Amino acid sequence: MSLTLFVDITVGGLILGGLYALIAAGLSLQYGVARVLNVSHGEFIMLGALATYSLYTLFDINPLISLVITGPIIFAIAFLIHNTFFQRLRRASESIGEFEGTSLLASFGLLFIIQNIALLFWGPDIKGYTYFDKQVNLLGAIYGANRIIALLFAVGIGLGFYFFLVHSRFGKGIRAAAQDVNTAQLVGVNIHRMLGLCFALGALLAALAGSLISAMFELTPFMGLPYTIIAIIAVVLGGLGNILGSLIGGFILGIIGNLVTYLHPGLSLIAYYAIFLLLLLIKPTGIMGK
Amino acid sequence: MPILEGKSVVKYFGGLVAAAYVDFHVDKGEIVGLIGPNGAGKTTLFNLISGSLAPTSGSIGFKGEDITGLKPHQICRRGIARTFQLVKLFGNMTVLENVLFGSLFGKSMTSARSTAETESSELLEFVGLSGMGHILAKELSLANQKRLEIARAMATKAELLLLDEVMAGLNPAEVDKAVDLVKDIRNKGTTVFMIEHVMKAIMGISDRIIVLHFGTKIAEGTPDEIAKDKKVIEVYLGLEAHAES
Amino acid sequence: MISARSLFFSRSARTFLPILILVLLATAPVYASLYTLISLSNVFMYIVLTVSWAVFSGPSRYISLASAAFFGIGIYVSAILGNVLPFPVVVFIGGLLSFLVALLVGLSSLRLRGMYFTIFTFGLSELIRHSVHWWEVNMTGTVGRWVVAVDQTIVYYAMLIIVMMTVLVAYTISRSRLGFALRGIGESEDAADHMGVSVNALKIITFAISTFFMGTAGAVMATRWTYIDPSIAFNPLFSFMPVLMAIFGGIAQIVGQIIGATALTVLADILLTKFPYYYMLSYGVILVAVILFLPGGLMALQAPMKNWYERSFVK
Repeated sequence: MSLTLFVDITVGGLILGGLYALIAAGLSLQYGVARVLNVSHGEFIMLGALATYSLYTLFDINPLISLVITGPIIFAIAFLIHNTFFQRLRRASESIGEFEGTSLLASFGLLFIIQNIALLFWGPDIKGYTYFDKQVNLLGAIYGANRIIALLFAVGIGLGFYFFLVHSRFGKGIRAAAQDVNTAQLVGVNIHRMLGLCFALGALLAALAGSLISAMFELTPFMGLPYTIIAIIAVVLGGLGNILGSLIGGFILGIIGNLVTYLHPGLSLIAYYAIFLLLLLIKPTGIMGK
Repeated sequence: MPILEGKSVVKYFGGLVAAAYVDFHVDKGEIVGLIGPNGAGKTTLFNLISGSLAPTSGSIGFKGEDITGLKPHQICRRGIARTFQLVKLFGNMTVLENVLFGSLFGKSMTSARSTAETESSELLEFVGLSGMGHILAKELSLANQKRLEIARAMATKAELLLLDEVMAGLNPAEVDKAVDLVKDIRNKGTTVFMIEHVMKAIMGISDRIIVLHFGTKIAEGTPDEIAKDKKVIEVYLGLEAHAES
Repeated sequence: MISARSLFFSRSARTFLPILILVLLATAPVYASLYTLISLSNVFMYIVLTVSWAVFSGPSRYISLASAAFFGIGIYVSAILGNVLPFPVVVFIGGLLSFLVALLVGLSSLRLRGMYFTIFTFGLSELIRHSVHWWEVNMTGTVGRWVVAVDQTIVYYAMLIIVMMTVLVAYTISRSRLGFALRGIGESEDAADHMGVSVNALKIITFAISTFFMGTAGAVMATRWTYIDPSIAFNPLFSFMPVLMAIFGGIAQIVGQIIGATALTVLADILLTKFPYYYMLSYGVILVAVILFLPGGLMALQAPMKNWYERSFVK
């Protein structure tokens, strides 16, 4: 295998992996802490992507800058959704198991709602824009600069998030809450605020990933679900409830996916599902799980 | 003669030893108490007996038959039933339905529904829940929930009852009633093996007591012998004052 | 004073009404238009899916999202064997194959509980969909298939029979010892196990039984659509809709499941023709609203409605 090919597959895998890591971390926050397996996660990605698209095509706002606009708005929306709907559901549920089930179903409803509002707003046609797609040559492999930038941003956000989780007080609180809500409360973590914040943070990561995606891929209101599925698989791969694990899971999936696409296009989704099912049957607790 | 016998029972959880070569036996008609500090491995031992867990090594025999590694429902059908530290009732079913469940699927697998219903009503009366058959189990007080769990376990026609901290969370008056109930159970012909932290209660009704500490049996004997045992006193330093209350 | 309303709630009405409905349905091909028959078959299909799904997932609380897989298996059996074997045999094989696959699925996913089981079933359904698609594209060379058409009246009666049998089986199970055991599993699987219930065996067999009629329904409906491909046959909506319909109508009772399936299918019909752009959006709103405000489904409205009626009309 030539060096070019190797770089091609590796860098491609890292780009995909970086994106998947962000998306997976977002879902992991929502499930690990707030206990909502949010199947509408991909719709927040879509919102971030389409919002960035609109800001660029209508107002000429740099996609990288628009992160600053779209991010907080989606954060706020998600925070509101959690504190009105999911918190109410949680209070009405007799057990955490029941809440996980009903919140899963409620997030399906959310999926329909968000997707169809986006459909009304943006229409079903495929959209896209080109931004900064100057060619960059890496050891013989050629990439659009936008992809490299997206990779750098994804890695940057990912690393920043990782350090935040490991070294900051708030981040440690999040990881504690994801592991054991009751004990976390005992050591002083304000759980009620934490749930909503983590849910919103998860949506924020999704929106950021969406913005990065918008510069690289085609966009439609239907683009969300495949990413949600990948996020779920990555989260399980890393270990349900383990946020750091989801970052790793996302990266692994991205690299494998890119490799499979290279070997036989069209098989990547099947590969993801096959890995997923085998994982559940053999080691459902994932890589980092006990 | 022992109705339940455990030989060199060992259980590892990864690197943690929950049970280390524990030998134990319970004779028919006895009330045997199982005590030890928190984390001593008492509930683990019950889980090993009832089939929730399989031993890493060693054997467990019931009425002469090797039951090591059998599944919970198989063990239930052979005549062992249990209650749980954290009550596991069928919350959204009625009190009567909970007991009926034990009757219909337990050792006897009572075939006629009407017979099962009669038996269940009688058991409800036995444990002191008569007249409450139509109430949803989740709406009962904790003390009553524990009684219901006992009734459900007995409905399976078990010969050996494993009671896991039935008195936890009960006030002194309720504890006294629970002690009476356990005596009634033994008088009815069921053997009792019980885990308890309420010292006064368990010392009072047990024929024999087994003491576990870090997964090892450190003492065995009558309540008097145990109360004077040096090893036990050492382990329970300070617990005697607690037993007074 | 006897009013039409008081008649409606009376006991004799409750036995008389279903019989009347059945008679009307059985004689429908005589007086109803083809369009009505087709709509009715559609309603029957969703009733079969919803009630079948609820046979296992209702009492046991194991939410399966694999209904599309079993429905789709029936569809493909019809597509592949439709011109080789007689219609009733094809329908039966559709159900049988679903049953066998479900047994396999159940056996392999034994140890999974709660959320893990749910996402496993969803992943499985999607894996089947993508795999069939890949196979058809790369191995057989065709993505879609044509299904031998069958007379619409026969389709109608086939669905009517299947829906009746499904409801009958569901009712029998719910009143039986098996149903009781399943409810115990749903409330506390550990306790049920310790009270003598062979939880694994019962879960697997009930899950498999619940998929039989899904497969038969798929085999029948395929002949109506005549053209099928993996995206149609294994459409994930066939997994989500039964869940939504059961919750909407009231998951605890078969009547509720039937009402939920009927109401939402009719609603979908209306929305698709009048407001196609708002159809999915409305579904989403309904789902969220029901989960938040009416977790017991429409059936939970019975008691309040009765109270309101009694306060308003009974002196």
